[in-house]
Amino acid sequence: MGVITIFYYLLCLYLAVILAWNFVRERKSVNDMILTLLVLVPLVLRLLRIK
Amino acid sequence: MTDRRIGALKIALAAAAAAIAALGAVPLYRHRHDRVPIVPGPGVTSVLRLSDYVPSLKGSMADTDVFVLAGAKPGGKALIMANTHANEPAGLLTAFLLVENAVVEEGTLYVIPTFNASAGRNTKPGDGYPLYFSIPTSWGAKRFRLGNRDASPLEQWPDPDVYIHYPERQMLSYLDVRNTNRTWPGRPDGPLMERVTYAAMELLRREKIDVAIDMHGAETMFPVTNCIVAPTKSSKIATLVSMTVKAMEGFDNHVEPSPGNFRGLSHREIGDFADTMPFLLEAPIPFLDQPTGPKTEKLLLDGRDPFLLGLARAHKLFVPYDAAGWPMDKRVGQHCSVSLEILRQFTKKYPEKAIRLSAVPRYAELVANGTGRYLHDPAQADPKALRYE
Repeated sequence: MGVITIFYYLLCLYLAVILAWNFVRERKSVNDMILTLLVLVPLVLRLLRIK
Repeated sequence: MTDRRIGALKIALAAAAAAIAALGAVPLYRHRHDRVPIVPGPGVTSVLRLSDYVPSLKGSMADTDVFVLAGAKPGGKALIMANTHANEPAGLLTAFLLVENAVVEEGTLYVIPTFNASAGRNTKPGDGYPLYFSIPTSWGAKRFRLGNRDASPLEQWPDPDVYIHYPERQMLSYLDVRNTNRTWPGRPDGPLMERVTYAAMELLRREKIDVAIDMHGAETMFPVTNCIVAPTKSSKIATLVSMTVKAMEGFDNHVEPSPGNFRGLSHREIGDFADTMPFLLEAPIPFLDQPTGPKTEKLLLDGRDPFLLGLARAHKLFVPYDAAGWPMDKRVGQHCSVSLEILRQFTKKYPEKAIRLSAVPRYAELVANGTGRYLHDPAQADPKALRYE
């Protein structure tokens, strides 16, 4: 795995953690909760090396 | 909302997101890790790996089997490759038929059924590709993976803005860095797909292979289809093959010259960088044409499409096309007959380097009996002898 790919995965992990944290903290808007999860899905699939 | 209700809502939403992710992920994971059994036939004498020629491929998804079928008598040597483009599966089926049936009487045959092994585990969801296709046999349907033209980004990433071919420095599409019919002749320390083609070049050079055949499929609307692509050094044999199959077996397969200024293709670089005669076979594959109906398994197998039929009536296709379509058995039959005829014509021209095969069906037999008639049941084979592609 190349250096750029490693950085890419670290970036994905960082964004996934931020999104997950926002999801946990969100208390008012159900729309924001859903949107956060939808954005999280492809990042998780990348981290799992599915696609 | 109370804290308790918010918590319950979040759990429900997270579970729904996980379900959506799983629905997408599970079929792709299974496809990537699927194993298609191949039953080595009586002609197979050993199985090598591409990593035997470039060790850095070992353990990667790009490593693949090289079946060796050595004859009782020495002679010439030939390499047959399939799934260079894993969305053109007539070559894959032809390679399976060769490995499972061929007996080499003179010379040595090398067969690589899944040359771009990573592409065979990739797919094209944006084009709605089916993940698998099945060939009916007397013992049940045999399932194969349908892959993509290019290797998976999971193996080789990121793509450059422009792929600069090595060593000619010609600028090619960024995608071609993952296309093993643009990365020839490759280099031992280049991107993964350049290492795959370099390993094949090393196989050709070290084993002193005389003939290399790379089996493909091409759209009916693409001018380079239903043909043998050959550089100058292979063109005499290619012409004789084209004339012979037309006269003796009744199907067209014209000769296309390999362009000298289009780099990275097997029919160009193998001839330039090894003492091998390269041939690239193109069988029509309507599934790959753009203006078709849905990209279904049925279209892949029977090649029948009403939109292509309309275009054929308007003379927009480069092959004859009617309501019968262009079935897989016909395409596999063409690959088998043309490959056998290349070896026969090579043997006639260079009798001291003879390559003689038997027990391989030709065009008429495949069209009459179907490809499945020549695939062997893995359940009846010695489990220790089975290989998985």
